[in-house]
Amino acid sequence: MPMPNSDHIKVKVWRGDAGGGSFAEFEVPQQPAQTVLDVVTWIQRHADSTLSYRFACRVGMCGSCAMMVNGIPRWTCRTHVNKVVQDNRLTVEPLRNLPVIKDLACDMSEFFDKWKRAEGQFSGTNTRAQAVAAISPAEPARRAANAAIECINCAICYAACDVVSWNPGYLGPAALNRAWSLQNDSRDRRHGERLRAISADGGCLSCHSQQGCASYCPNELNPTASIAGLKKMAASAFFRSR
Amino acid sequence: MIELRLYLAQRISAAIMAPLVLVHLGVMIYAIQGGVSADEILARTRGSLLWGGFYGLFVIAVAVHAAIGLRNILSEWLHLRGLLLSGLCWFIGFALLAAGLRAVAAVVGS
Repeated sequence: MPMPNSDHIKVKVWRGDAGGGSFAEFEVPQQPAQTVLDVVTWIQRHADSTLSYRFACRVGMCGSCAMMVNGIPRWTCRTHVNKVVQDNRLTVEPLRNLPVIKDLACDMSEFFDKWKRAEGQFSGTNTRAQAVAAISPAEPARRAANAAIECINCAICYAACDVVSWNPGYLGPAALNRAWSLQNDSRDRRHGERLRAISADGGCLSCHSQQGCASYCPNELNPTASIAGLKKMAASAFFRSR
Repeated sequence: MIELRLYLAQRISAAIMAPLVLVHLGVMIYAIQGGVSADEILARTRGSLLWGGFYGLFVIAVAVHAAIGLRNILSEWLHLRGLLLSGLCWFIGFALLAAGLRAVAAVVGS
């Protein structure tokens, strides 16, 4: 979308906490190559210093600055204003599907608790006294793990997922994507426990393959494909155990 | 484990239904080419173990598939859980099974 002919953007920012809130409006000067995070930072530094938001690296690595921008979950540090501005307006809200702490900062506890519930921790088979495991990059399992491994846990997929909004117990795309990468890691020793965890109520079988996660993942990962792999893995394990 | 069993039952019932629907549509299109009345159709299906088995299997697959699918919808949209959810789904499954088998009996029974 071309940049509108105006030197200011009208920005609606959600202000509030877990008890509720409303939108505040700001006029922010436009800059070349300006990102949505630049806009939020300008508001905090020049218009309202009480605005709370979260960021760290500003280069798309830490996954902490995700917000809803014009209704779509995005990493704000890598989202240029001129790509998302509509009629010279921006609406910035906290991520969907997560409780708000204050303003644009969400409580990520449940997101990471679900990561743990999905057995997202690596548990190695070897001790540090043993040699490093030799794994060919061409191995099919390693390739499957590689395809899922670049997740930065920004929770954009979690905010995009309708199943999370309907079923708060659903583990969500990021946790299941992590589980898939570990299920394909031959050095991990908890494949059985993890498969049980992700086959239970609220696990991979709850996914409707709507692909909101894959559509909005800023790293272009495909958690839907990872979850489909987990479903297949769970079904195969069931029939093998008969 | 119940989630996995329900998931598999729904997928397997779908895999059963898909070819049965295709055969049903194919036979229907083929059979009416020369014009055929309801009485003529019933004359061919009554007493037929083949058609009884064919549609009986379809009805069982529908009852399983629809009850599990509605269970997911009731759980996600109305947030039903536990006995109420299971009870409703068993009821829906048996109601579909009873209605479907009654229709099969009317088509193949004499």
